[in-house]
Amino acid sequence: MKRILLLSGFMLAAVPAAADGPIAVTLQNHKFAPAEIHVKANAPSIIALTNKDATAEEFDSTALKVEKVVAGNSTGNVRIRALAPGRYPFMGEYHPGTAQGVVVAE
Amino acid sequence: MLSALLIVFREVIEAGLIVGIVLAATQGVPRRGRAVSGGVAAGVLGACLVAAFAGELAALFQGNGQELFNASILLLAVTMLTWHNVWMASHGREMALELKAAGHEVVTGKRTLAALGVVVGVAVLREGSEVVLFLYGIAAQGGTSNAALLAGGALGLVAGAAVSALMYFGLLTIPAGRLFQVTSGLITLLAAGMAAQAVLFLQNGGYINAMTGTVWNTSWLLKEDSIPGRLLHTLVGYVEAPDGAQILAYLGTILAILLLMRVAGKPAPRPRAQPAE
Repeated sequence: MKRILLLSGFMLAAVPAAADGPIAVTLQNHKFAPAEIHVKANAPSIIALTNKDATAEEFDSTALKVEKVVAGNSTGNVRIRALAPGRYPFMGEYHPGTAQGVVVAE
Repeated sequence: MLSALLIVFREVIEAGLIVGIVLAATQGVPRRGRAVSGGVAAGVLGACLVAAFAGELAALFQGNGQELFNASILLLAVTMLTWHNVWMASHGREMALELKAAGHEVVTGKRTLAALGVVVGVAVLREGSEVVLFLYGIAAQGGTSNAALLAGGALGLVAGAAVSALMYFGLLTIPAGRLFQVTSGLITLLAAGMAAQAVLFLQNGGYINAMTGTVWNTSWLLKEDSIPGRLLHTLVGYVEAPDGAQILAYLGTILAILLLMRVAGKPAPRPRAQPAE
């Protein structure tokens, strides 16, 4: 049992956990990729959002308490606070028809 | 077209409600039109600049430029709103006693019109920059739906302005004697909501890391994203799931303004000159 725990500990260490570094998310043609972002619950994390479209987009989420404009063809960091386990939808405010995503804290 | 209408409508009422309150608070003050329209013009210009240099702004302060900028202008507005209320509390009463209403309004106008002009400017800049970015995005995309989207935007502008006007004329139905009490109450809540919003930006910039846990959640009762939720968010700072730091900023601002108003509202101490009333 102990060994399994240790092993899983190593595996966790090998796969960078959400809190360890920015999570890369791309916005292209007004769509987020990945559109579902998994983060560790109860720990802050950072989404590095690269906007590959020519125009600006606002990463907007009431659930995540974030509104951040990322200019066209640039990258911006979106800070995600420590979240209770759950699903937190977000959207690109200027293109809500296509730019939809969700942060899953688990 | 509907999406353009909605987004512009939302941003316009958010700024417009603040303009409506400022107009009501300065009812009867000469040349207030100049301060308010000056604030709107400066806000629109600022919004265009912020939109044009969104990338550059965001890159400042290790990528926290946007958050720091938003927090700063919100706190500037909070300061101006506080100053207006405190000034009104300290001078409103003696002016009313000594000079009657007309004189009171003239002096008030001179002193705090500029401060309220700044508040209007901040409100228009914040909401306006989003509208500019959104409309610019539409224009840059080109295509046939362009005209429809821009028409939607124009309709949203008109509808937002109409709601704001409704707010203003609604406030004006309050009898003059009570109007300033009502507007000073509204301004206090406006300032508190802005302070809480500033805290949010400071948290998102990583400058405040304490008390970030959600304290309560009333999204089942009223969604912050709904139109009524948005209106209440702008007017009284409604947040569906506030965290500890936001609540502290909100209550602290109300407390500070009320305290300062009370201190300022007391007649200057003149020992033995006057018997107690």
